[in-house]
Amino acid sequence: MGFFFEVLIGGLLSGVLYSLVALGFVLIYKASGVFNFAQGAMVFFAALTFVGFMEVLPGWTGLEAGSRAVFWFAFVLSLGAMVVLGVLTERVVLRPLVNQPHITLFMATIGLTFLIEGIVQAIWGSHVRGLDLGITDEPIEWILDSADIIVSKFDVFAATLAGVLVASLALFFQYTKVGRALRAVADDHQAALSIGIPLQHIWAIVWSVAGFVALVAGLIWGARSGVQFALTFTALKALPVLILGGFTSVPGAIVGGLIIGASEKLAEVYLGPFVGGGIEGWFPYVLALLFLLVRPEGLFGEKHIDRV
Amino acid sequence: MLYREAGQFKASYEEDQQIFPIRQDRVGMAVLLAFFFLAVPMFASQYWLQAILIPVLIFSLAAIGLNILTGYAGQLSLGSAAFMAVGAFGAYNFMLRIDGMPFLLGIVLGGLSAALVGVAFGLPSLRIKGFYLAVATLAAQFFIVWALVKFPWFSNYSSSGVISAQEIQILGYAFTTPESKYLLTLAVVTVFALVAKNLVRSTTGRRWMAVRDMDVAAEVIGIRPMRAKLSAFAVSSFYCGVAGALYAYTYLGTVEPEGFNLDLSFKILFMIIIGGVGSILGSFLGAAFIVLLPILLNVVMHSTLGSAMPPGLGSNLELIIFGGLIIFFLIVEPHGLARLWQLGKDKLRLWPFPH
Amino acid sequence: MMNEMAQTATLPESGRRIGEVILDLKNISLRFGGVKALTDISFDVREHEIRSIIGPNGAGKSSMLNVMNGVYHPQEGTILFRGEPRQQMDPHMAATQGIARTFQNIALFKGMSVLDNIMTGRNLKMKTNLFQHALFWGAAQREEIEHRKKVEEVIDFLEIQSIRKTPVGRLPYGLQKRVELARALAAEPTLLLLDEPMAGMNVEEKQDMCRFILDVNDQFGTTIVLIEHDMGVVMDISDRVVVLDYGKKIGDGTPDEVKNDPDVIAAYLGASH
Ligand SMILES: Nc1ncnc2c1ncn2[C@@H]1O[C@H](COP(=O)(O)OP(=O)(O)OP(=O)(O)O)[C@@H](O)[C@H]1O
Ligand SMILES: [Mg+2]
Repeated sequence: MGFFFEVLIGGLLSGVLYSLVALGFVLIYKASGVFNFAQGAMVFFAALTFVGFMEVLPGWTGLEAGSRAVFWFAFVLSLGAMVVLGVLTERVVLRPLVNQPHITLFMATIGLTFLIEGIVQAIWGSHVRGLDLGITDEPIEWILDSADIIVSKFDVFAATLAGVLVASLALFFQYTKVGRALRAVADDHQAALSIGIPLQHIWAIVWSVAGFVALVAGLIWGARSGVQFALTFTALKALPVLILGGFTSVPGAIVGGLIIGASEKLAEVYLGPFVGGGIEGWFPYVLALLFLLVRPEGLFGEKHIDRV
Repeated sequence: MLYREAGQFKASYEEDQQIFPIRQDRVGMAVLLAFFFLAVPMFASQYWLQAILIPVLIFSLAAIGLNILTGYAGQLSLGSAAFMAVGAFGAYNFMLRIDGMPFLLGIVLGGLSAALVGVAFGLPSLRIKGFYLAVATLAAQFFIVWALVKFPWFSNYSSSGVISAQEIQILGYAFTTPESKYLLTLAVVTVFALVAKNLVRSTTGRRWMAVRDMDVAAEVIGIRPMRAKLSAFAVSSFYCGVAGALYAYTYLGTVEPEGFNLDLSFKILFMIIIGGVGSILGSFLGAAFIVLLPILLNVVMHSTLGSAMPPGLGSNLELIIFGGLIIFFLIVEPHGLARLWQLGKDKLRLWPFPH
Repeated sequence: MMNEMAQTATLPESGRRIGEVILDLKNISLRFGGVKALTDISFDVREHEIRSIIGPNGAGKSSMLNVMNGVYHPQEGTILFRGEPRQQMDPHMAATQGIARTFQNIALFKGMSVLDNIMTGRNLKMKTNLFQHALFWGAAQREEIEHRKKVEEVIDFLEIQSIRKTPVGRLPYGLQKRVELARALAAEPTLLLLDEPMAGMNVEEKQDMCRFILDVNDQFGTTIVLIEHDMGVVMDISDRVVVLDYGKKIGDGTPDEVKNDPDVIAAYLGASH
């Protein structure tokens, strides 16, 4: 039983990160109706840009390599890069495609995925890099002592960080002016426009926030398993999360992330051995697919009848 | 050489239904076929046959498959490569395990295996649309490749799932030279392209397109969306499956499941976006474009940069160009190269009188 | 050519002889979440008549039509079509029983030509299968030609010969509406549901459309349910009119009866709200 909880907790903790990335999707989808396939590439872009800056900054500025100053400097620069990326994407890719079918926009974000992956690797190179956030991946002792369960310090740190972010984003969009405007936009683009909400402004903010989210997720994942191309696949798992939670629901993204995180770990541990392992790669997708058959509108989505 | 339809009246609906109603197009097609069937095998180098023409043909077939599903029936799939894998491994096993299995029947059975699997993964399409479905097809992509690696029976217990295609024999003739493999591929692809054209210009195709354009209206005039979608999944996966079998037998000879990865699925998707969504001709143009571009890029970079080229730049440049082109085409010409070709012909029809 | 078509329609003799009740709606109620689109509505449609549904915006007219051919499923009430009761009917079943329709917001297949759009209307009458289509030869080709002939008759009838091969997306609004009618007619329906077929048209286009509707009704004996905002047209061509307001039925009868009904007048003048 202890082992079960160990796996469950590990899964839930990693699920918080899925929630975070999924939230980025939800925000963009709500604000602009774009299903942003490039979210995974954005995570990779962010992480690689960050480690890239960490490498070059000491040389450029004379700061001590690996110091706190370099860390924050790199962080700010990467964040800036994400904002630029977001704004450019909105300008160059999405604005010309406004009013196109959703599916066209979706395909455009697949193109964007390739573009981002190509550009970031062309700038910083494609080799795997380590990333040290200063938190070691070791069990928390008092839990190990009292309950005999291994809970990784790093996981708890990452989950807390992601959880705080998720909560603050949720609050931000619930209670601030920008948040209200965003929700108005999500309800009805035309109406929002007509009462003078600057759509493009909102879009730029949303893409920047999604970039920020990607950066945090990229740092955490990068620190755990190295900054490498495979990150894009990890981040892609936010897609089944969305299907579980529904594309427009913030609570859906959160709960969906936890479910996917926990279930893929449990499946790997308990089902994996029977089929040769390695099922984490597809389990979330198949789970989402089966789920779709039962409840196509998602956990929190509303049933919708096409109007004719 | 004037390109005109003036004076060519259609006296019957049969004539109006032809694939190429304009005589010049029919002649052009005949010349083209003669060129590819007769001239190319005589004059093309081994490199051209093996590294360019055969893959272009095979990818055209896969692109036709995806185009049937996405372009005609409106169901986006990101799992084409996985269905190719099913076709390749299906054909391999049929030929391996059944003595005297004729080659052509083998690849058709491979295609049918893919069709079955395609229908299974297409079931969610009955309830979901658009990118929901795209995510569901990712399940097919990841699951199928995993299953082919993890269950060694599929690859006859070879290490890491690699299979080596058996020698191709039809009626006692062994297809071993690049020329013969090319001709075989060309023949198969030509036949299936014609079949695809027939399907999309018939009631089946109209049902697909109706469901694509407006599913409620389609249902109201008595089309069953379920049947239309599942038949599109079946036919599409069949095409991908046959393409996958050819990929293993006439192109690479040795394939492994990991070769049919998400990247390949994206490549096929790019072929139809650039070539033309909802166009058989576009499938060919797109496949040729996507196969040729990296080769061309390589040549250009080697001749300009030579050995100074940083490692990995080529593949990154490829990503950038592909991604950029996709966005460019979606914005500027969402109907792809096929539409450009059509526009060119329309201009020609009016030439030399501009109005 | 039209004679030929009239002969194949369900009712050989022309003429507006109003017959038995063909569609009977009883106590229909329909809700979307909290929105009551229809509340306890009953009325019937008789064979060969032109039955209009009118009412202010949001009254539930389109919803009513959607209930009739199974696009929406009412929570309460029964529908009798040709005496057979059904509460849950899917649109496909409605189509097989001879119900065709057009939509308020044009629902053509945008990526297809006019001809192909109308050909889809023949869909239910096409018997060849996918494998025959793959060969496009023999039975499949014969069938294609046979139905093409029928479609050409509809094209002639609605006077849209010149736009046959045009992609419908490129047509002006008025013509699109006409193509949509053509697609419905190609199915040779016994009951035709028209949702605002004249909305957004100019006077001339409206006159044409009116003429077509009357001709269809007159020559083929097709029963027609019509939603229309133009009172002049409605009062002119309808046999009977149902009036809806806020999802409730507030009037039913001949155009004259309805015109003089105080409830209806009140609803239209806004006095009751
Ligand atoms: N698919 C749907 N989902 C949710 N609500 C719906 C749906 N279809 C209709 N409604 C609601 O039902 C009510 C009646 O709508 P309906 O379209 O039937 O009105 P109508 O009489 O046709 O109006 P109009 O003259 O504007 O066409 C409206 O309040 C509408 O918002
Ligand atoms: Mg209406």
